[in-house]
Amino acid sequence: MNISRKTFVKFAALPFVALAAKGARSKPNGPRWGMAIDHRNCAKDEGCTLCTDACHLTHNVPTIPDARREVKWVWKERFSKVFPSEYLPARLENASGPVMCNHCENPPCTRVCPTGATFKRPDGIVMMDWHRCIGCRYCMAACPYGSRSFNWSDPRPHIRSVNAAYPCRTKGVVEKCTFCVERLDVGKAPLCSEACPEKALIFGDLNDPRSEIRTLLSARYGLRRRTELGTRPSVFYIL
Amino acid sequence: MRDQPIILAGLAVFLVIASFPFWYNAATLRAAARPALQLPPGKQCVAPVKYMKAYHMRMLDSWRDQVVRTGVRRYTSPGGKTYDISLTGTCLSQCHQDRAKFCDRCHSYVGVRAAYCWDCHNSPGNAVRTAR
Repeated sequence: MNISRKTFVKFAALPFVALAAKGARSKPNGPRWGMAIDHRNCAKDEGCTLCTDACHLTHNVPTIPDARREVKWVWKERFSKVFPSEYLPARLENASGPVMCNHCENPPCTRVCPTGATFKRPDGIVMMDWHRCIGCRYCMAACPYGSRSFNWSDPRPHIRSVNAAYPCRTKGVVEKCTFCVERLDVGKAPLCSEACPEKALIFGDLNDPRSEIRTLLSARYGLRRRTELGTRPSVFYIL
Repeated sequence: MRDQPIILAGLAVFLVIASFPFWYNAATLRAAARPALQLPPGKQCVAPVKYMKAYHMRMLDSWRDQVVRTGVRRYTSPGGKTYDISLTGTCLSQCHQDRAKFCDRCHSYVGVRAAYCWDCHNSPGNAVRTAR
């Protein structure tokens, strides 16, 4: 068989062309969960901690008074700390808003975990497998948002009332917000979002252009934390 | 060869002592006490009892990975019934309410520590701290 060099190269490139075409056509498969925090609604009650309370009570998050050892999943932080590299308007300088794990699209924590205890689910949630966590705290060092807490001691004595339906953690394990995967998997919204009476925490599918969160984000600009790092958080702040 | 009787006598004494538990039990016709497990009345386990006895730990491992790592939260038993995959919510809440009378009895009988399950997982309704 006689085949010219040009023809050979043309046919050899065919599979790659097909692959590229497939890649270009493929749409996002399934949801990618995200949260939009509407500060105007959240600011209606500055001292409110309902989101934190609902989360921490249900997930058996211990209340440890020592700030160096405290464990937090969702909490309120001053915006000057939330957006350290932004020039905030005066009205936000002393204001605060809820912070949590950002469930980054490009999470640095999962890259450094030596045991695969923290990993990204296909729906974008950065999940923790506490069974596998060896407490090395690499993920805590990697997370640019300080979203992770370490159990320096047995957390049980610091849990006022244990919710039997949810497991506790042990000494030597890192924990953080999981976007309530146990609720998402049965079709419910995260607790913080449901607990907020002002509907300041809008949860939904970022891949669905008609979802509540996308509608909100297309109407008003949503700022993400520390965009310069390229982590692409799934939590947006509407300030 | 002068010490042969002494050596043989010593060996005999050793064998008698070493085999004491066997011939003592045979002589008194008493079987060792087996752990009495508290079983839920008239309930079907999520898998055949024989399988559960031998492989419950593997099933729990696989349940754990399914829920935590793949988000699969329903289990279909060989009998076609479906269950929520949950140690506290299904195993304990629906059948083995008192793990001290089920899990712990067998585990202490055979001298196997039940992994770390109870360091984190709770017995149904226990609003108190559970000791390890």
